[in-house]
Amino acid sequence: MKDPTLFAVGLITLSAGTFAFRLAGPVLRQRISFPPWAERLLETAAVILLAALVVTTGLTEGHHLAGLARPAGVCVGGVLAWRKAPFLVVVLAAAATTAVLRLLGIP
Amino acid sequence: MSSIYRTLSGGTLRDIALACLAVWFIGLSYGAIAVASGFPLWVPAAQSVLVLAGASEFLFIGIVAAGGNPLAAAAAGLLVNARHLAYGLALPDGVTGPGLARRLLGSHLMNDESVVFALAQEDLPRKRAAYWACGLGVLLCWPAGAVLGALIGSVITDTGAFGLDAMFPAVILALIAPALRDRRLSRAAVTGAVIALAATPFLPPGLPELLALLALLTIRKTT
Repeated sequence: MKDPTLFAVGLITLSAGTFAFRLAGPVLRQRISFPPWAERLLETAAVILLAALVVTTGLTEGHHLAGLARPAGVCVGGVLAWRKAPFLVVVLAAAATTAVLRLLGIP
Repeated sequence: MSSIYRTLSGGTLRDIALACLAVWFIGLSYGAIAVASGFPLWVPAAQSVLVLAGASEFLFIGIVAAGGNPLAAAAAGLLVNARHLAYGLALPDGVTGPGLARRLLGSHLMNDESVVFALAQEDLPRKRAAYWACGLGVLLCWPAGAVLGALIGSVITDTGAFGLDAMFPAVILALIAPALRDRRLSRAAVTGAVIALAATPFLPPGLPELLALLALLTIRKTT
């Protein structure tokens, strides 16, 4: 938040744009038909964006790779999520793994 | 609410309540992470009410906290939220209306959970009831969780020691884990993640995630 005005503009853009997406569907429903491939493309784009975010926030710090503790915690969370562990368990296990490793002196 | 109670079965109401509880907990981690990333309390509070779409809010604060441009962060968040257009087209007419006020509020209540519950019901009155019950539940639970999480988060000063920085990627991973079981999606996601990771040393924050969308070009068109 180096520039509060720019931040507020970003927040309002996200809010207003999201509402426009929500309103557009019911309003346009009778007028256009939405091809299934476009729907799948949107879904795929969302998953790609989020997966990229997992990697950049989980594995890197600035322009470099992060230490060992955080990636290890994220990996533990990932394995638990894959094994369909409850959300609470996934998130707390990731944080706990990272915290314990740091307690042991691993960055 | 009494009409919703009469229209929906007990099992459906229980499932909706559980979904709202899960949303409350994600909100808790969202608020805590937002404050731990250096944002004041009003940011998760305002976003949780105005945007009301978890994944895009995580994305927005994640990119801005990493030093990215807020407009790039908003663009990334809007890409994630574009799916609501498809949701609105998939919902039967009459779920969010009639009348302007119900159309506006009903549209704002559109999210992954409310749409899933609406589509699972058999007839229009039940679809309508499930949609509004879940949508209003999320409208209450998501901001309530976010504000409480932010309050808890601002008490904790050394976030690194508690591993809070690992919570954010873990939350996103847990949210996309069901989608990653689809081979086509998981291949695209891995490709995108590799692109983002490779681009991180060279690009300003926020851009590697958008560059990851190049992975869309690797998808073979299948019907």
